[in-house]
Amino acid sequence: MKTVFQKPEALTDMPMHYCPGCTHGIIHRLVGEAIDSLAIREQTIGVASVGCSVFAYDYFNCDMQQAAHGRAPAVATGIKRVLPESMVFTYQGDGDLASIGMAEIVHAAARGENITVVFVNNAIYGMTSGQMAPTSLLGQKTATSPRGRTVEEMGYPIKMCELLATLEGPAYLARVSTHDSRHVLQAGKAIKKAFEIQQQKKGFAMVEVLSTCSVNWGMTPVKALGWLEENMIPYYPLGVYRDVTAKEGN
Amino acid sequence: MAKILMKGNEALSEAAIRAGLKAFYGYPITPQNEVPAYMAEHLPLRGGVYLQAESEVSAINMVYGAAGAGVRVMTSSSSPGISLKQEGISYIAAAQLPCVIVNVVRNGPGLGGIQPAQGDYFQAVKGGGHGDYRLIVLAPGNVQEMADLTTLGFDLADKWRNPVMILSDGILGQMMEPVVFSEDGAVSEVDKPWATNGAAGRERNIVNSLDIIPDKAEKNMLRLLEKYDQIKAEEVRWQEHNTEDADVILVGYGTSARVARSAMELARKEGLKVGLFRPITLWPFPEQRLAELAKAGRSFLAVEMSAGQMIEDVRLAVNGVSPVHLSNRLGGMVPTPEDVLEKVREILEGRVS
Repeated sequence: MKTVFQKPEALTDMPMHYCPGCTHGIIHRLVGEAIDSLAIREQTIGVASVGCSVFAYDYFNCDMQQAAHGRAPAVATGIKRVLPESMVFTYQGDGDLASIGMAEIVHAAARGENITVVFVNNAIYGMTSGQMAPTSLLGQKTATSPRGRTVEEMGYPIKMCELLATLEGPAYLARVSTHDSRHVLQAGKAIKKAFEIQQQKKGFAMVEVLSTCSVNWGMTPVKALGWLEENMIPYYPLGVYRDVTAKEGN
Repeated sequence: MAKILMKGNEALSEAAIRAGLKAFYGYPITPQNEVPAYMAEHLPLRGGVYLQAESEVSAINMVYGAAGAGVRVMTSSSSPGISLKQEGISYIAAAQLPCVIVNVVRNGPGLGGIQPAQGDYFQAVKGGGHGDYRLIVLAPGNVQEMADLTTLGFDLADKWRNPVMILSDGILGQMMEPVVFSEDGAVSEVDKPWATNGAAGRERNIVNSLDIIPDKAEKNMLRLLEKYDQIKAEEVRWQEHNTEDADVILVGYGTSARVARSAMELARKEGLKVGLFRPITLWPFPEQRLAELAKAGRSFLAVEMSAGQMIEDVRLAVNGVSPVHLSNRLGGMVPTPEDVLEKVREILEGRVS
């Protein structure tokens, strides 16, 4: 019998805890496929963060460390500096990376730390049940912005790709989305590219993946995908914000 | 085996490199700045990594990553910076990662000052971060011990898969004394089959402190406590002088023990029967030996550069059998042998309650 579709070797058999309709499962698969396609599973060390992806160490079939909230880029730095031939990635959400872990991500990027960062932006805190995130949109209603996020009270949502693109350190910065299959395929290519950048020792690579949280957004999964496309993409434009290999004409 | 004149912070750094240190992650703070400076100068030339982190928080998490990757790694800081590291230290203890953390203590609380103090005793030996965990805490008393206890610290960290803290202070870090380094060059590193360094030809490894299933979490905690009991049984270290006939036993560690020793010598010249008990491991605390020394008619005098923190462990150890008094200075002030001797006289003359 011919196998036409199977789980990447870089994912375990553990059933995922993610809610129905959540796009974390898709993004895990894209990371697993990237690791498989580059045949780097046995040299890869992943760093899970705190938030919905806290159990990522159960799902990626490679060596894993679980980091404190926001500290994954520091933990990854600690690993990569002593094992420079290994492949090190972090998998972080928006609260982890863009709020409590802002210093760690900015400085890892500024140092051009040779790691790969998968940044899942779903504009809300999922694990703690729907609080306002640094990336929640203006007007977005959450458990802690019940009348909608206002500039006066809570300021503006943070655009991480644009922010990190002001630094010299990053080698690759891209924002992708998971709201339809075409964009999922593009996201997969960007994630693979972010690992290739590390493999080529070119420096810091981050892919920001726009993602849905239908449960905490209070929508059906399908409606959430539509909300992402209509509301998140206009504020968080998709595209490549830095690619040092493009400069080199590769 | 030539003697070298070195600052305590430098001796500690040199010993760490000789112990096979592969990475140092730090952040500037007085009075520990000689440590990162020495590391930046020497470690990259001797096969290790030096990196100045963006904060103490990041530095300790870099230590977590590198310790999890299986290499000898350390960080150093001073009191306010050590407070910032507490989150990471709790995670490191929970994930059972070996590393050495140096605290060159200054006076606090808050920003405090940059003068030597011992006010971080509770933080070091009772926890500091959240949850039920212990650090092995070593208290050097001179520059030679800054080196020797650092070497021991790496060995104990690896042996027990536990973070080790060197609890120094601004005087021990900054003063110069002759120090001798062993020239055998042997690094007693152990195998670390649990390390996350790439799952080539083996099952994957996970470094983790999360456990949300209560009965499993409790079992893990009991295993951790069993380890702590073993450490208490095997790793207690102390020194004592003139305790046999002593009417008053001075108890002090680090700089305070040096002052106490001078006070003991002055007292003996006057014919006063005074002894000295110096804990070298603050955790595990040498409580059993102190309990043996406790008896009616004998007093203990804790000498501290804090409001009186170690004294609580002395009282727990002697358990009411002997009275326990305090001679202390605060705010970065260092007690003098005369201060301590005056307190001894008060005790012997029955002038203290």
